[in-house]
Formats: sequence, structure tokens, C-alpha cells
Amino acid sequence: MDRLSRIAWLYIGAVIAAAVIVIAAGPFTMLHWKQVLALGLLLVACESAATLVNARGLAWSANTMASLAAVVLCGPVGAAVVSCGTLLGIRRGPSPLQRLFNTSMYVLSAYLAGRTFLAFGGHPGTPGPSAFPGLIGPFAAAAVVGVSVNFMLLNAVFWVTRDPGGGAGRVGLDFKLWVTDLGYGAFGVLIAALWSVLGPFTPVLVLVPVFVARWAVAQFAAQQRAYEATVSALCQAVETKDYYTRGHSERVSRGAVMIATEIGMRPERVGTIRYAGMLHDVGKLGVPTSVLQKRSSLTDDEYAAVQLHPMRGLDIVREIGFLDEALAGIMHHHERIDGRGYPMGLAGDEIPEFARVLAVADAFDAMTSDRSYRGARPVPEAVAELRKWAGKQFDPAFVDAFVAAIERDGWTAPEAAPAEEPLRTIESL
Amino acid sequence: MTGRWNEPRGLLRPGPDSGYWLLVAFAGLLLIWSVAQTAVSGVHDVHAALAFGALIAFGELLRLNLPGDRQAAPVATAGALAYALLLRIGDDPVRPGPAQVIAVTALAMIVGALPHLAVGRPARLPAMSARLLAVACVAAAFRPLANAGLIGGRWWSELPVMLGLIIVAWFLESVVTALIRTDALRARFAVVLGDELRVQFPIAASTGASALLIAFAAEVMGLAAVAVFAAPLLVTQVALRRYAGIRATYLQTVRALARVTEIGGYVETGHSARVSRLSVAIGRELGMAEAALLELEYAALMHDIGQLSLRDPVPGGATVLVAREEQRRIAEYGAEVIQQARVLDSVADIVRRQSDPCRPANRAQPPPLSSRIIRAANAYDDLVGSSPDPARAAEAVARLRLDTASEYDPRVVDALSRLVIPA
Repeated sequence: MDRLSRIAWLYIGAVIAAAVIVIAAGPFTMLHWKQVLALGLLLVACESAATLVNARGLAWSANTMASLAAVVLCGPVGAAVVSCGTLLGIRRGPSPLQRLFNTSMYVLSAYLAGRTFLAFGGHPGTPGPSAFPGLIGPFAAAAVVGVSVNFMLLNAVFWVTRDPGGGAGRVGLDFKLWVTDLGYGAFGVLIAALWSVLGPFTPVLVLVPVFVARWAVAQFAAQQRAYEATVSALCQAVETKDYYTRGHSERVSRGAVMIATEIGMRPERVGTIRYAGMLHDVGKLGVPTSVLQKRSSLTDDEYAAVQLHPMRGLDIVREIGFLDEALAGIMHHHERIDGRGYPMGLAGDEIPEFARVLAVADAFDAMTSDRSYRGARPVPEAVAELRKWAGKQFDPAFVDAFVAAIERDGWTAPEAAPAEEPLRTIESL
Repeated sequence: MTGRWNEPRGLLRPGPDSGYWLLVAFAGLLLIWSVAQTAVSGVHDVHAALAFGALIAFGELLRLNLPGDRQAAPVATAGALAYALLLRIGDDPVRPGPAQVIAVTALAMIVGALPHLAVGRPARLPAMSARLLAVACVAAAFRPLANAGLIGGRWWSELPVMLGLIIVAWFLESVVTALIRTDALRARFAVVLGDELRVQFPIAASTGASALLIAFAAEVMGLAAVAVFAAPLLVTQVALRRYAGIRATYLQTVRALARVTEIGGYVETGHSARVSRLSVAIGRELGMAEAALLELEYAALMHDIGQLSLRDPVPGGATVLVAREEQRRIAEYGAEVIQQARVLDSVADIVRRQSDPCRPANRAQPPPLSSRIIRAANAYDDLVGSSPDPARAAEAVARLRLDTASEYDPRVVDALSRLVIPA
């Protein structure tokens, strides 16, 4: 956000001005200031625990929880005042201008949520036992309006500050996040409901499970990253055996993901095929180095040793529970559609889907990178080769998907290898 | 741990022992006493008993496996604690006796556990007993006071008592679990208790907070609060389950990928698995905490990954037989591989120093304990392999003992010998 266009300035200015007007207009007669203060503190706590969603600076916090509780307890103006707590959130990241905009955005959405609550017949104030279940309808309407206004304002600011040359680019404001926001907003009614019993201690109790959940999610993300890094490091270690396949697993994995995304696979399956791509060649370790690096053609025995590698790979990864579907992919990635592949000689639809995807990505990367027996081929030539063998060696549907994906997103082939770099062995360390 | 693995000889996995049965028997007696007592005095407020019972059974159904072969049932525990701490539903005071709270909890837990048994999962009696004990303790302390009207009428007088009891419940459950685990794992009680308290803390915090929310919300919302205020905890539970899942997958994957050295013919089949089990057992014997043990396990599993850089495998994979310089290069290369993951730096360090003697000649920093453990376990396995012969084990330990002046840490070799040579 360093250099803003005039439209961006206009938009941000308008949002801030609207928020100031809402707050200044009041009225403040109905507000219990202690309540506003307690909810404001809750909001500061939520804002301080914001998590970054993506690289464009979209962060997510559970603010709606506090502002919607304020809608029920203090009405629209109170909710707007409480939302000013956003300004005081203890977190690094947002610039003063971003903070100001965020605060104004929350003020506006909280105020409009409060107005909706009134319009649907809600009565602001501490609800007693008789308020339920009548309170639920107006609260739900307020929550939907509040979260939606927030999303529209945020989407608009991402739109007016987008990079002119950077294409559309998704900002990550999707339906899932909207529902998550709404879910956390529902905690607001719980806080409001308990206020008559527990007073300002309510937010503390409600926050504990929420924060533990967020801690667990953060731990999950950290473990996930660690996991990916570890798998990839171990795969690279396996590749050191054969200089020419360096980075091969990583690229096959990328290619397989491109195909899987192109044909609209479910995200969990795409995740699995990513690992399948990384691990598809671990069995190569069972093949003697001398065979892998041979520059002449292979003898029958040597060829048999190479043909065994998918099964060896399966031996290694069999124990990894979540990979079920990937196992079949790893085992069969050298089958051919016409039934002349190995190890089982399956044909057509008998070959598992993952294996057919991996076969295309694997062959393509093999063609576009250097091998001990020949140099790399350019991408268009490799594409032509894929098309030529579609229906014989490869599944034509996946070839089409891959070619479409490459034409749209491009393909980074490995850099050409220097003529005689020695294998990285213990001697060269 | 899968049964396919060759377990190091002499490392018994102790079956249920006296502590286990004592705990389960005590819980059983508690169940019989509380049910009998409740039957005699009659059930107070059947609706509340049923509602909380349903929540507890549901929570038990959703029980959660945590890293380190642990178990928790946050929703069930929150429901049971809330029932134990319940003061009013709407404006009417509720006064179930402690026996009724214990009986409802125990019966509901059994009902919730039945589906697990039906699909062939283990019953996990000690974990259930520990949970029941914690709830029983809270009920026994709080109910008589509350039923006599001695707990004040406002939240600021009720809350401190309740908070205190919830902390007691967390501590008690951890102590009981730690006692059982100390027995089962041959570990030190203080270390295990520390691990237990640490792991259970976030769960106990969210469980306790939810229990208080449910108990207080019942005053405003009636029994509907039971369902509504269990919702935040469900969110927590989903997140914890995912976390536990990825932790398990991680370990599984490292275990599997550590076998690449076996497939490549660099080491004997089962070597990494045996060395890692033996190392972890030694580490436990020497009082290492869980986090350190996990790093030790990763390091032990991957200790031979550096051999991948060898063009030709060392005969039989026995690193103890190759020259010191060569060993160090293998270790260095292995550490480099692990370091590329960028998240396992301490593991890389352990692997890097695994071939250093325990007393370096030139007054250099001695290698970390984990490296010394792996060094001894690796040497032992190279000498014994998967052989079940006790004479060979004794011989191998004797050979390691000869080198304790400089090469192997005497404490580690002592621990190893206690583990592999039956007394």
C-alpha cells in the first residue's frame, strides 16, 4: 500500500469519514460504559490474536465475536464504539493507515449489524431468561449483515489497491472464511446470554476455548509445514544418488498438482497427489547407482532391476497411513494405457487415476531435463511427444489437462546441467 | 507401533500391572457404590441427569487420541464437571448428591465407550478411570457444600471455588495418568508428571472454561445451555484432532522414509527401527522428557540417512566397522540433509555429533546426550542385529563397556545393559 491511486484515497477517505460520522452522531444515552469497556477489551484481545491469511496482508481475527455481543448488549452505537478497539490491537503489520481503515470498517459493519438487529425487532440490553429464543432471529440477521458488510468493504479496498499489472489475483476472501467469521460471530450471542450471570467475566471464559482452538490450529499449521519440509528434504536426499534426477520429485509433484487442479480434483486429493509425486521414485534407491547412471543401453538384468523400483517404493511408503490412494499411484506410475507398462501390465481404466496422472508428469519432466544418456528437450517438443503418445502410453484426458495448464501457467524446466559435474558423494564433501 | 517391526530383544512392553488393576478396580468400586447409593436415595431431577448424561456419553463417543499415546474426552469431561458444579437451572436450585453425579458420569461414560468397543477399538480403561476419579473428587468436594447452601449466591463468590476445583481436577487426572505411564514406560515419575501436566494444560483450560460456562448458562437458558455451550469446545476438539493427526502422520512418515537406507541395501533390515526404539528406551531410562525423546526418536530413525551419499553401501551397513573419519563424514552429510528441512535443527545437530566420542580428545564440547545414546544404541545393534541370543547381547554390552573410557558414555551403557540383559 505504498503508492495509492486517487480512487483508493477517495474510497478509504469515504469509509473513514462515514465511521467518524456514525460515532459522532451518537446518541450515547443508553450506554453502560463499564460494559462498553469490557467488550472493547475483548475486541482488543481478539484483534491482537489476528492471524495472517495470505501474503497480500489479509489477516483474520475473531472480532465479530465482540462486536456482535456488543450489538445485543449495547445497541448499534455501542457496537460502533466498541469496534474502535480495533485501533488498539497489539500486533505488528498494519500501517497506521491500514489500522485506521480496518477500524472504520469494523465500526461501520458493527453499526449496520446493530441497525439490522433493531429492524428485526431485537431489543438491545442484557438479555434475561425470557429473551430466548426470541433473540435468535434478530441476532442471526444482524450477524449476516455485519459479516457481509465487512467482507464487501474489505473486498473493495483490495480491489482499489490492487497491482495494476498483477492480474486479478485472488485475495482469499472466500465463502469458507465468511462462514468461519459467522461461526465466531455466533459466540457473540453466548457472551450476551451469560452477561446477566457472570458480568464482565463472561468474555474471559468464552475466550479460553476459542484461544485454545486457535493455538491448536497454529500448531497444526506449523506441524504441516514441518512435515512438508521434512518429506521434501528426505526426497532430495534420495535424489543425490542420481545427479540427473535432482529436483525431479519436486517437479513431478508440481506437474501432478497442475493436472489434478485442472481436472477439478477435490483439494484433499490434490494434497495427496502432491505427496505421491514427491515420493513416486523413492524405490529408485533399491536400484544400483551404476545402473541409474549408465550412459549406454541396459542389459535385460539391469532393466529388470529398474522395473522393480515402483514395488520397492511401495515397500517404503506402505506404512504411511494417509497415503492410501497415493500408494496405488506410486506402484503403477509406469503402467501404460495400452497395457505394455510395468510392473503389472494394467491397461486403460484398470490403472489407478493417480498413476495415470503421475505417468504424464513423470514422462514430461524426464523429457525436459537432462539425462545421463541425452540432453534436455525444449518444452514444445516434449508437449508434442506427450500428444503423440496419448492413448498409447498416456491417458489423453490428462495429457490435454496438462498441456492446457502449461499453456496458461508455463513450466519451469530445470536449468541445464554443466557438462561434467561429479556426483555429489562423500568424496566431494 | 506396528507389530511388523523387530522389537529389540529384552525390551519388554509391560502388560497391565498392579497399578493399572488397582486404578480400574477402584473406579469399578466407585461406580458400584455410587449407583447403589443413588438407587437407595432416589434420583434428584431426572431431566438434568439425563441431559448431562447425554452430553457426557456424546463426549465419550468423540474422545480424542493425542500425541504420545494419550487420550482425552474434552466434551465428556466438561459435561461431567459442569454437572458436578451446577447450582441452578433457571431460578430453581439443583441439588444432586455427589453419588448421583458420579453414577451419572460413570454410566454415561460406559454408554459412550460401547460404540468404540463395538468397532473393535481398545477400551482404554485407565484413561476413563482417571477422568472419573477427577470428576468424583470435584463432586465430593463441591456437592455437599453447594447442597447445604454454603456457596454464595453471586458469581464472584462462586467462581473462585469452582476454578480452584477445576485446577484440582486437572492436577489429579495428570497425577493418576502419570502414575500409570511411569509403570508402563519404565520412566521417572517427576518427568512423566511434568509432560502430562504440560500436554493436558490447554485441554484442561478449555474443558474447565466450558464446564463453567455450561454451569452458569443453565441459570439463563435452562438445559438448552448444555447443548449450546458445548459448541465452542467442539471447535477446539476439531482443531486438536487435526493437530494430533498431523503429528502422527509426521512420525509415521519419518519412520517409513528412514527405511530408504534399508531398501538401498545400506543397512540391515529393521536397523533404524531397532536403534530408534532402543535409543528412546535408554533416553527414558535416563529421565529425558517427552519433547527431547521425540527429537531423539527422529534423530535415531534418520541417523543413517547420510549413508545415501555413499556410492556403494558399507558391508552390512555396520557403521561401527568403518573408519572414524568416514563415520564423521556420513554423520555430517546426514545432518546436512536433515537441516534442509529447516525445522529439525536440533535433530540435525544430534545426528551430526553421533559419531563423536563421548570424551573428545582436545577438550572440545562433548556431544549432546542424545548423540551419545544413538552412538551406543547403533553400535549395539551393529553387533547384535536382530539376533535373539542373550549371550550375544551380553557380549556386545561387554564390548561397549570396554570402550567407556573415551568412546561410549558409561551412563548410557549402564542404562542399555539394564534394558537388554534380564536381571
